[in-house]
Amino acid sequence: MAPTTSPPGDAAGLGKARAAAFVLPALVLIGVFLVFPALWTIYLGLTDYRLTGLAAADPQVVGLDNYTDALTDPRFLTSLWLTVAYVGGSAVIGQAGLGFTLAWILRGRTGPVRRAVEGVVLLSWILPSTVVGFLWFALLDRDDGTLNALLHTPGLAWLLDHPLLSIIVFNVWRGTAFSMMLYSAALENVPPSHLETARLAGAGVPQQLRDVVLPLIRRHVLTNLLLISLWTFNDFTPFVLTGGGPEGRSEILPVYVYNIALKGGELGAGAAVSFLILLINLIFALAYLRLLRGRRKSLTGPPA
Amino acid sequence: MTLPRRPAAIAALTVLALSSCGTGAPAGTEDVTLIIAANSISGGKNSESADWIKRWVIPEFERTHQNVKVLFQPSGVNDEQYKTKIALDLKSGTGADVIDLDGIWVGEFAQAGYVKPLTDVGGPTVDSWEGWSQIPQAVQGLGIFDGKKYGLPQGTDGRVLFYNKTLFAKAGLPEAWQPKNWEEIVAAGQKLKAAGVPAPIQINAGTAMGEATTMQGVLPLLAGAGSEIYTDGKWTGASQPLKDVLAFYQQLYSAGLSDPKLQQEAKGRDKSFAQFAAGKIGILAESDYFWRSVIEPKAGVAPMADRDTAVGYAKIPAKTPGGGIRGQDFVSMSGGAVRVLNPNSKNPKLAWDLLAFMHSAAAVKSQLAGQARISPRTDVNTEVLGADPMLEYVAEEVLPVTAYRPGLAVYPQVSVALQEATAAVVSGRGADEAATAYQSKLEGLVGGADHVTAG
Amino acid sequence: MIRHTVGRLAATVLIAVALAFFTLPMLWLASAPFDAGPAITTSVPEFTLRNFAAILDNPYALGSIRNSLIQGGGAAALVVVLAALAAYALSRVRVPGRDVLLYLLLLLSSVVTGTAAMVPIFELATRLDLIDTHLGVILVVSGGLLPAAIFILKDFMDETPTSYEESARVFGASPLQILRHIVVPLVRPGLATIAVWALASVWGGFLFQFILLRDPDKAPGSVILYTLYTEGGAPRLDLISTFSLLYSLPVVAMYLFVSHRYGFRFHGGIKR
Repeated sequence: MAPTTSPPGDAAGLGKARAAAFVLPALVLIGVFLVFPALWTIYLGLTDYRLTGLAAADPQVVGLDNYTDALTDPRFLTSLWLTVAYVGGSAVIGQAGLGFTLAWILRGRTGPVRRAVEGVVLLSWILPSTVVGFLWFALLDRDDGTLNALLHTPGLAWLLDHPLLSIIVFNVWRGTAFSMMLYSAALENVPPSHLETARLAGAGVPQQLRDVVLPLIRRHVLTNLLLISLWTFNDFTPFVLTGGGPEGRSEILPVYVYNIALKGGELGAGAAVSFLILLINLIFALAYLRLLRGRRKSLTGPPA
Repeated sequence: MTLPRRPAAIAALTVLALSSCGTGAPAGTEDVTLIIAANSISGGKNSESADWIKRWVIPEFERTHQNVKVLFQPSGVNDEQYKTKIALDLKSGTGADVIDLDGIWVGEFAQAGYVKPLTDVGGPTVDSWEGWSQIPQAVQGLGIFDGKKYGLPQGTDGRVLFYNKTLFAKAGLPEAWQPKNWEEIVAAGQKLKAAGVPAPIQINAGTAMGEATTMQGVLPLLAGAGSEIYTDGKWTGASQPLKDVLAFYQQLYSAGLSDPKLQQEAKGRDKSFAQFAAGKIGILAESDYFWRSVIEPKAGVAPMADRDTAVGYAKIPAKTPGGGIRGQDFVSMSGGAVRVLNPNSKNPKLAWDLLAFMHSAAAVKSQLAGQARISPRTDVNTEVLGADPMLEYVAEEVLPVTAYRPGLAVYPQVSVALQEATAAVVSGRGADEAATAYQSKLEGLVGGADHVTAG
Repeated sequence: MIRHTVGRLAATVLIAVALAFFTLPMLWLASAPFDAGPAITTSVPEFTLRNFAAILDNPYALGSIRNSLIQGGGAAALVVVLAALAAYALSRVRVPGRDVLLYLLLLLSSVVTGTAAMVPIFELATRLDLIDTHLGVILVVSGGLLPAAIFILKDFMDETPTSYEESARVFGASPLQILRHIVVPLVRPGLATIAVWALASVWGGFLFQFILLRDPDKAPGSVILYTLYTEGGAPRLDLISTFSLLYSLPVVAMYLFVSHRYGFRFHGGIKR
């Protein structure tokens, strides 16, 4: 690999002032339409604000009540564990695992097979989320689902008997494309000669992956895990499939927030849970950093 | 190398083009604009109602009111989403002049200060409106909160037990069936089961069906056990009537008379419609909506070509004769939409004129457009309901015994708690256990045991 | 050698399984729109084109796809341009703590894209007079997408060699010219990917589009799709399946166009 990473200096002669001018438009938009409403939402989390009723006319600051209520609510705790399992199963293991596997197998291949696989994987990623709900309904339905017809298992209620597994498999289908693309790019940075050397030295595929590939793509793995975890934590699409049911067995946190904020009208409590989701994401991010830090000193250090 | 120029140029053009098509109703010189908002849209949900507003209300009203321009703001999405949008509009002091609301939202909107009594907005002419004498007191109740009239009802409905006469004949049950108590429902279910009907009785349960569980299941049954969900400032907790309701659910599922999975599926209610139409469900508790729009032979979502001969309907009986609310033998629940005035309307008097016009006999008749449906007006009902014996039955037999839900902000959450209690029973937990869990949840929702009746 | 053969075989089997897994759910979209009596099931259709006639009768269906294009295209263009500028500057000039700052913005974007942020977003749009405008939708959704777009693009930019930029600078090119003529061509597939990603994210979004717009003639396809239900909330599957197909086509077409024209990869145009 050529040592052409971002230099400590200023290769393009941008200068601080011009660099600031480049960043400014994005920063203004983010400031107005992201930071401001986000902070406002976090503030709402400290109130008993509701969409309608008396608390809408005169919301009161209730301090951390929403947080203590959530943390002592068994429904929230169940939802939290479901979400962790959902993110772990569908994003970390599923999307990243399958995405890497596909990238590894397709590496070096060209032609119609590669194009076909990439095509269908990407199609699952870009179809509108409003549409994919219906697609998966048609696949998993108890009475006339395609899957039951193929497996000759009439009447098997996938969404009811295995709700969490169903939405995990669904999300693997939905989001693998991003990981696949990212790892495809990363693997192109692994010189074939390194792999060849390792193979001649008698290393099996697992050893090659561990000793040659992983050190070179560590930073991509980190980027990948950070983003797909964040997206999966906020993924509302499973609601279309299971509605969070049966009996809350697939009520992941975004669905929980929707149920209390939009259906129940408790916007204050919903905002508090949103902030809790943010904190949990932060914990995940710190864990990834720790696991993948390797020789890198910290997130602020120069890229590997 | 020309690529980068293009997105930038497109973005700039887009921004220019878009900022020029901002908000702002056409502000004529002295023309007045009124806006109607409703949860209906041409080609989508409640299409007929949207077409009626566009093709009849607007031209007719504009014809008699020179210089007034009426616009229609359709939505046509699910109720919670529509409610959110309207609440946001009213909260920010904007929104349409005449707004569709579900009657059940009136209380919470009034408490939030989003809507005001009609006389406060429309002035004294409101009280002298000719239509009041045509709308039965109970139906007016849909738009009343704390004794004040906030909205004009658009119509109402009633809940009955629909049954499949073909299946009844196979099971040796009478063609004209009217159970007198809950036991007779179960007995009919058992005969249907013996005759090979897969799911003899469908009374909605569980959280997936949402409000349909509360409205078609728990509340009519609770009324039949002699209790309303909210009376004299208190919510009904784990009282005997509520335990009776949950025990009845338990009886249905332990005897295998209902399909528990159907209650858990995200699209369970749609499936229950399809299964009834396909002859797999014998008895189904539903609103007259089921008759009008679901199994309607031509345009229904689960049409039954032989609806008029094959489908019967019966009143929902009390647990035992005389055991219902107000000592009734039969019970039902009703709901319905209302139209309210926006307190921020710039032309409140004209807005009231428009609202009253939309509820005149001519307008109501035009909205029905030959379809039978229970309108708010007695004069219209006597004229049109004769065309459909089922709706006439609801108007004459069911509405006199019906009840309405309390329009308070916390009601939707109480409703979810009730749904959860039925879900627990469906999945095999005991009725008492479910009732106890409901009681503690309810106390948390409504602000402590003081607001709950128990025992 | 045996190990190699087994490996090839395993790879082939895996490719076949993956193809089946990713294709299977899409069958409904290929069959239901042409079915005279579509249900929640994939079946050999009783062939008809009546559903297409029915959806064309809907006064908002086609216009909504145009609105989706305006809002999705506008947001994609805005996100790509602003993110590319910002990512480039952040990649080439060292600002202490930039990675942490970027990640914090990414975290905040998760709050803003959730249901709970509805009221702040709506109030903000009301005060800025953006209610019922395409621009309002574009700005709101772009705000949520930008941090991730910058995060990803900065990764690309970090990996593109800076030697060309240095030589261009020697010949007197301005930073904007360098970005336009040297960096952008290098990361073009990445920009294309971000554009499609942004478009697809906006395309499926419902809640903010719904609360920010009033006039149905401005509503995007995702909002109109939600109106194809009956009074009691039962889906009109004939209309929904047909509209889903029509409404997915532009995104697919855009993906095919972009991947054919610019490539659709997460790396630069120069093999290293």
